[in-house]
Amino acid sequence: MITAAESNTDAVSAEQRLRYLLRLADTSLVLGQRLSEWVGHAPTLEEDLALGNITLDLIGQARLLLAYAAQVEGRGRDEDQLAFLRDAAEFCNVSLAEQPNGDFGQTIVRQVLLDAWQVELYQSLVGSTDAQLASIAAKAMKECRYHWRFSCGWLVRLGDGTEESHARVQAALDGLWRFTGELLTPDALDAHMASHGIAPPLAAIRSRWEARIDAALEQATLRRPPPAYFPWHGKRGVHTEHLGHLLAEMQHLQRVHPGATW
Amino acid sequence: MNEDWALYEVFIRARSGLEHKHVGSLHAADARMALEHARDTYTRRQEGVSIWVVRSSDIVASDPGEAESLFEPARDKVYRHPTFYTIPEDVKNI
Amino acid sequence: MYTQALDSPGPELASAVPAAEAERERRFQERIDRDEKIEPKDWMPEAYRQTLIRQIAQHAHSEIVGMLPEGNWITRAPSLRRKAVLVAKVQDEGGHGMYLYSAAETLGVSRGELIGQLLAGRAKYSSIFNYPTLTWADIGAIGWLVDGAAIMNQIPLCRCSYGPYARAMVRICKEESFHQRQGYEIMLTLARSGTRAQREMAQDALNRWWWPSLMMFGPSDTDSVHTAQSMRWRIKRFTNDELRQKFIDATVPQARFLGLSIPDADLRWDEATQHYATGPIDWSEFQAVLKGEGPCNRERMGARRAAHESGQWVREAAAAYADKQRARPASGRSGYAQAS
Repeated sequence: MITAAESNTDAVSAEQRLRYLLRLADTSLVLGQRLSEWVGHAPTLEEDLALGNITLDLIGQARLLLAYAAQVEGRGRDEDQLAFLRDAAEFCNVSLAEQPNGDFGQTIVRQVLLDAWQVELYQSLVGSTDAQLASIAAKAMKECRYHWRFSCGWLVRLGDGTEESHARVQAALDGLWRFTGELLTPDALDAHMASHGIAPPLAAIRSRWEARIDAALEQATLRRPPPAYFPWHGKRGVHTEHLGHLLAEMQHLQRVHPGATW
Repeated sequence: MNEDWALYEVFIRARSGLEHKHVGSLHAADARMALEHARDTYTRRQEGVSIWVVRSSDIVASDPGEAESLFEPARDKVYRHPTFYTIPEDVKNI
Repeated sequence: MYTQALDSPGPELASAVPAAEAERERRFQERIDRDEKIEPKDWMPEAYRQTLIRQIAQHAHSEIVGMLPEGNWITRAPSLRRKAVLVAKVQDEGGHGMYLYSAAETLGVSRGELIGQLLAGRAKYSSIFNYPTLTWADIGAIGWLVDGAAIMNQIPLCRCSYGPYARAMVRICKEESFHQRQGYEIMLTLARSGTRAQREMAQDALNRWWWPSLMMFGPSDTDSVHTAQSMRWRIKRFTNDELRQKFIDATVPQARFLGLSIPDADLRWDEATQHYATGPIDWSEFQAVLKGEGPCNRERMGARRAAHESGQWVREAAAAYADKQRARPASGRSGYAQAS
């Protein structure tokens, strides 16, 4: 259960709630979009199906969250208008989600880092003072737990597999670690949401996330990279170069045929 | 280096109260992966509430060549079935 | 989805069989004639086994290669609903490939061998997947026409004489029932309520997919070498031309409802036969695509090879990890419980 700090009396504006919902929605959407690139190209048929399932969970989460965000926004837009007609600077996903798939190892590392974060976040959001968000979180939490089980299983297999696989996932981890700071460092909006019991304080998420990741890395015989400075603030619309390309592809048809229905 | 994963057979309990039933097979490197693949492949449409997986090589099967001696001797033991016995219609609850 | 290449030449039947063998074959044929199912460990003529392996493998390869043309539009699907549907559909194709490879494996050939044959260019798959998906309407047309043709072909296979194949087909047909409907729904949206550009997109897709869809049923009965034996073995239940005609009769009115025209000037209703009659099919195109000269043969095989090769270290790592685990004491394993 998230409890509001009693000292805080500032109301949560619709704009703030919207921005926060978009952080969750866009992270699921962008990560789902990335994973969907794998379908048909995975290392085995079975993995094609597994990655497809995770993709579908993430798109489903994004749809629920975007529909709610659109309702909070109150400008008559729907989930698709939010997904397909916003530019990169209006996207609020964490920057880790938009990082390219790379090889299967890099995809797994990105997934592990984000799954652990989403599991902890959604687990706490089940107790949100925002009832609608809480009910979305209850559904998402179950999905994310499975994603974690899947990605963590693969991290261990690759980390403790062959020399080559170990080197590959360690390199992926070293490359992606710099994006984890953003997941766990609260900004003003995170703090404001936490003070109203809408979202959990990120400090609490950080310690649980670290415990999960450390245990997984140990089992996978991988080394945790040192903390790194991060200049990305995807949550606030400051993204890496990759998001623009991802959106150009994803939004192509909606942009070329304005107003058409599909 | 070996990259071929073992073949597993998948059994699914469709609903609580029903037995597990063979639904197909898949490849996996280990048992945990086999369970996950079974979940991702064979329960996408809510087909199950419980999964068993077993390595195909661990299944012991009867030989079709022996089918006659294995199964035909049961054919004439009709007295094992309730319809073998005649009971007057007046007798109830039997 | 489905392959038409079921009739492609395989090993010739041995002409002289010893008497004992002939007797077994006679009894085998009697079982088939009684509509009994043949199961993996049952005795079967070697030619039956080989024909099935070839047919099931071609079917499986078609599912796997078939993931690519539609997968081409997953990242560009125009709404979140369409994206989810397309992922689920392409995922189904992968599942169907799995079911079919599993069925083939019961005949004593491994999936690894079969995929090796495909990647080495020694196996066939349905020619339809060598055509490009150029617009979003192609996703509609594939669902409507290609899956429509596939369903026509596959439903009779649910009663095929080989048990594992028949059971795989039952599962596949059940799952595939949404594929054609979602395709037609895309076509409806584009052609009936879409903008002018969308309607043109829909017509263009029909123009490009119509003839290749008719070719999916395979060569005309007069040129089909293996039909007679396959029908005797009940691996096949209808001839290519019968199924093709059934498809045409079902599809022409559906095109009319969409307000689209079938790209065949000779198409007409024949009162005498109570069937639609079409113009001639360009079989030289079919043969060329089958030989590897279609628009996307290279791309499709290239994509499959790339996925296989870039996945090799992953498959090896998982196998190596499993070996290590087996060598370690069985403590601390998690994620599964004893069956009970």
